[in-house]
Amino acid sequence: MSAIEVRGLVSRRGEQEILSGLDLAFACGEVTAIVGPNGAGKTTLLRHLAGLDQPAMGRVELEGAPLAGIDPGARGRRISFLAQAASAYWPLRAHDVVALGRLPHGADLSRPARAADTQAVERALHRVDGSALAHRSIDTLSQGERARIMMARALATEAPVLLADEPVASLDPAFALQAMEILRAEAARGACVIVVLHDLGLAARFADRVIVLANRVVAADGPPAAALAADVIDAAYGVGFHHVLVDGVMQPVAWERRQ
Amino acid sequence: MNRWLILLVTGLYLLSLAVGPAWWPWRLGNEVGWAIVWELRVPRATLGLLIGGALGLSGAVLQGWLRNPLAEPGVIGVSACAGFAAVCAFYSGLAAAFALALPLAGIAGAGIAVALLMSAVRSGTGTVSLLLMGVAINAIAAALISLVLALSPNPFAYQEISLWLAGSIVDRDLRYLAIAAPFMIAGAAIVLGAGRWLDALSLGEDTARSLGVDTRSLGLRLTLGVGLMVGAATSVAGVIGFVGLIAPHLVRARVDFRPGATLVPSMLVGAALVLVADIAVRLLPTAYELQLGVVTSLVGAPFLVRAVRRARAAWLAA
Repeated sequence: MSAIEVRGLVSRRGEQEILSGLDLAFACGEVTAIVGPNGAGKTTLLRHLAGLDQPAMGRVELEGAPLAGIDPGARGRRISFLAQAASAYWPLRAHDVVALGRLPHGADLSRPARAADTQAVERALHRVDGSALAHRSIDTLSQGERARIMMARALATEAPVLLADEPVASLDPAFALQAMEILRAEAARGACVIVVLHDLGLAARFADRVIVLANRVVAADGPPAAALAADVIDAAYGVGFHHVLVDGVMQPVAWERRQ
Repeated sequence: MNRWLILLVTGLYLLSLAVGPAWWPWRLGNEVGWAIVWELRVPRATLGLLIGGALGLSGAVLQGWLRNPLAEPGVIGVSACAGFAAVCAFYSGLAAAFALALPLAGIAGAGIAVALLMSAVRSGTGTVSLLLMGVAINAIAAALISLVLALSPNPFAYQEISLWLAGSIVDRDLRYLAIAAPFMIAGAAIVLGAGRWLDALSLGEDTARSLGVDTRSLGLRLTLGVGLMVGAATSVAGVIGFVGLIAPHLVRARVDFRPGATLVPSMLVGAALVLVADIAVRLLPTAYELQLGVVTSLVGAPFLVRAVRRARAAWLAA
């Protein structure tokens, strides 16, 4: 059974339709990359999956039950959401930021932490190589370090569904690779990982499945080699791509704008 | 830290009972001495304690909720609206005819502001709509207060209103305490349990919602709690500025900037600040006793400038 799915999902913002009738199911143990040009509705799809937006039509189901009927606390334990360019409004300690991921499990930063929460926070910090940063204030961290702490926050929930909105945007290649490895490791542990990506090369290399969104609908859905085929992405992005084979993985390279 | 703050507040409270034209009044050992203690000093010190606590706690709640270190009870317009309603009570003569008309009007004014703010919280999920509504309420209330002052029938009413607006807890008897205290205590009880949701909001509204925070019901709860506290405080003491701004600033770094952990210490520091200011106005050698709100503003504004300059600028701007 799929972990989470959308049925006939229509999303509107005012009069404007953002998504027109999407039917998608996401499995446990897989990394699914959602790609597509700006404004294709990638973030909107992720927000619906997280229960942050209400569909105009259709519905989102979590393990067969309508997401809208699940209370916010239970939803928080089962779906972890890593927002785009996530940060904090106060210079909190990195450890406290990660511990916020335990909030759906009843944790409270103002009370002594329970053993289960402490262990989950330590595991999450370990997964992102962030244990040494735990006692730093996050405003003293570099952008890459901060992104790792924010990812640890999402991992600390240990939810079966992990949603990440462009977790590698504006980060250097070393962290981008590390972040994708972390997401792969989560899927290997059985999580359903859904990640919005702009970097098609990373999608081709690290995703089990790629969904190409364009013009409010699914343009392609399948294994990376099929979904990122030249005719699909050329049309979706309005760009001529070259495909380069690196270590047996086809890497799309954006080459020229189509008029 | 809380233990030391409780000791400090207790000490200041006792000092507040002792200081005044008659020092250590209980040492007189007669009826006059005890009358001074019970009828003048106890209501005054207790009001200072409660109002300071309410303002400090409201500031901490608003700063955590709006994720803005410059948020203050005055910002969302509740103080101004309560002030306007009380000014109307002065102007209409109700306050002169019926002593409790003033606090009752203030609480009603705060209630109206809270209702308007709640409608903003209901219609929009963001804090921007709330802040804009607060700015609008502030502007309208300030304009209406000016209008009422301009229409003032005689210079005495004008003076009375101006003095009251400057903020003071002089000559408030036990009846004022009885009518304001329940609202302030109820408001504090409503917001004190919301700390962990304020912690979650430090990651932004979307992330907080994904962590299980029902931001809409939280907004209603905090609006109600702050409305009760600030409305009741303003109605009996006028506008006492900057306490809600300074108290959270003083404690924040000591609790590693966790918004939830700032609530109780901010309440205690707020109480200590108002007690100190109220003791100071009794000791200052001015011809007439200085208004409490004037003292908190004189001390508070430069303090704020210093706090803002020393704070990590990038985080303040966010």
